[in-house]
Amino acid sequence: MFSTKWSYRIFDGTNILLLLGFSVLTFIPFLHVFAMSFLSLDNAKEFQRFLLWPTQWDFTSYQYIYDTRIFFSSLKNTVWITVVGTLINIAFTSSMAYSCSRRSFSGKRWIMLMVLFTMLFNGGLIPTYLVVNGLGLIDSLWAIVIPSAVSAFNMIVLKEFFEGIHESILESAKIDGCNDLGIFFRIVLPLSLPALATFTLFYAVANWNQYFASIIYTNSSDLWPLQVLLRQVVMVGQSDIFGAIDLSAPPPPPLSIQMATVMYTSLPILLLYPFLQKYFVKGMTLGAVKG
Amino acid sequence: MEVTTNAGDQIRTEAHRRRQSGFRRLRKEKYLWLLVLPGLIYFAVFKYLPMFGIVIAFKKYNPFTGIWKSPWAGFEYFQRMMDSPDVLRVLWNTLVLSFYQIAFVFFVPIVLALMINEIAYPWLKRLIQTVIYLPHFLSWVVVAGVFYLLFNSGGSVTSILAGLGYDNANVLTDPAMFRPLIILQSIWKEAGWGTILYLAALLGVDPELYEAAKIDGAGRFRQMWNISLPGIRSTVCILLILRMGSVLDVGFEQIFLMLNPQVSQVGEVIDTYVYFLGIRQGNFSFAAAVGLTKGIVGLLMIASANWLTRRLGEKGLF
Repeated sequence: MFSTKWSYRIFDGTNILLLLGFSVLTFIPFLHVFAMSFLSLDNAKEFQRFLLWPTQWDFTSYQYIYDTRIFFSSLKNTVWITVVGTLINIAFTSSMAYSCSRRSFSGKRWIMLMVLFTMLFNGGLIPTYLVVNGLGLIDSLWAIVIPSAVSAFNMIVLKEFFEGIHESILESAKIDGCNDLGIFFRIVLPLSLPALATFTLFYAVANWNQYFASIIYTNSSDLWPLQVLLRQVVMVGQSDIFGAIDLSAPPPPPLSIQMATVMYTSLPILLLYPFLQKYFVKGMTLGAVKG
Repeated sequence: MEVTTNAGDQIRTEAHRRRQSGFRRLRKEKYLWLLVLPGLIYFAVFKYLPMFGIVIAFKKYNPFTGIWKSPWAGFEYFQRMMDSPDVLRVLWNTLVLSFYQIAFVFFVPIVLALMINEIAYPWLKRLIQTVIYLPHFLSWVVVAGVFYLLFNSGGSVTSILAGLGYDNANVLTDPAMFRPLIILQSIWKEAGWGTILYLAALLGVDPELYEAAKIDGAGRFRQMWNISLPGIRSTVCILLILRMGSVLDVGFEQIFLMLNPQVSQVGEVIDTYVYFLGIRQGNFSFAAAVGLTKGIVGLLMIASANWLTRRLGEKGLF
């Protein structure tokens, strides 16, 4: 008995230590970037150290980026893509999922087959590009939000969720004189608010994070979202892209500008994430139980 | 139609009646069709129209004359693809990277989930989950950006390596380090989030099984192996099928961001090749031929993985 107890303790201890180690490794790069973003020209020596917490709270780099025109236009584009894109996503996905969730709907079967097939095979990058080009969407923000209006996976999961609403509720609404449109807006949507909130979050994060569509479908730097700006600043190494507004003072060190750009791009997600995490998990497992 | 005189008439009236009921049905369902229409148009235009657009792989596509007026090329581009050393190289790179990802990345979430499942304190479990899920929600640009900042010539990790005696270690431009770096990134970003489905499946395992095993004298490893692992076996199978289906998808966004001229020899994969060839250089037909081949291989892979799983007695996807 004694030995079992000890072997259990050793097992638990090692297990927890390993997992905590993994968690710390996950978190450290962020902490480091956060700490370094506050460095200024005055303490260049600190760049040699692996800081895990800011030695000073100097917001020069943040202020410097914030004052530039390119940052403002990128932020504006990202917000536009996130808001408009997510509205389109949710409107298209939920209305389609609703019709396909109705048992009596005659188109249900082949529409679902059609949607499922797109998960297995698609035309590929080039033909899709030619369609977007043919519609004249190139070099506009619509090219970012429209070609990804509905995610087949999200649509199917939401449809399964709508199917879980009891048929008798829909029947009684119909008897009270509600048509299919009324049932959707007055019964199904209000009953599904938690699920809708989850999908709104999924879509919003995807829209905030997207950069690939911008690279393919737009050419002008006026249409850059924050993500593309970040790529330009860090990967392409153009930290001078911001252009100095105030020429009297030397710009902050490139490294802290780069670190601060990373922070700007991920800040909304880092701030909101702890509060929204449980919705994400719920949404993911919602799909898994049925799938 | 009161009197039907012969069989032909009868059939005609039957068809007529059915068409009538079809229209009536459409009218009855008009709001449902109205609601499904935007989504339907979306799928038709952005998913199915491109499938027909694949014909450009069999044509000498010229943007100025359009798809229909461009002359046919038959299988010329596919023939060229087979002969091209570049295509073979990117195919090889894709397969190697994909193999690494299945060998070194796929099982990490399984192990993590089994380990998290063993933690007895709910608050600790939640804390660890919160931290390891986080990178999933950041964009690839942010993740790659952080890696750049850590590993480039002036980066902190590079300085630490220099302190350890590895002078001028430039991980980002070293072809030998490209694949390990991609693997490390994938684990860092997605391994935590990957545990979610396994943890959900583990919740469904009957706790009495663990009790019974304990009475029988099974240790913790034994319980993990004989109870937890079988509990998630079907989830593992389904995710493995999905992974096999995308064996030629190795994460375009991630690789695109980590590519640079020094590592392109090992780093270029099918997706990035199609992008540079088609969209940057305007070689639409050739790029579409490569893309189509990739799509068909993906379809075949998922079908055969599904068939194999069913043969092994597990439930497949379809």
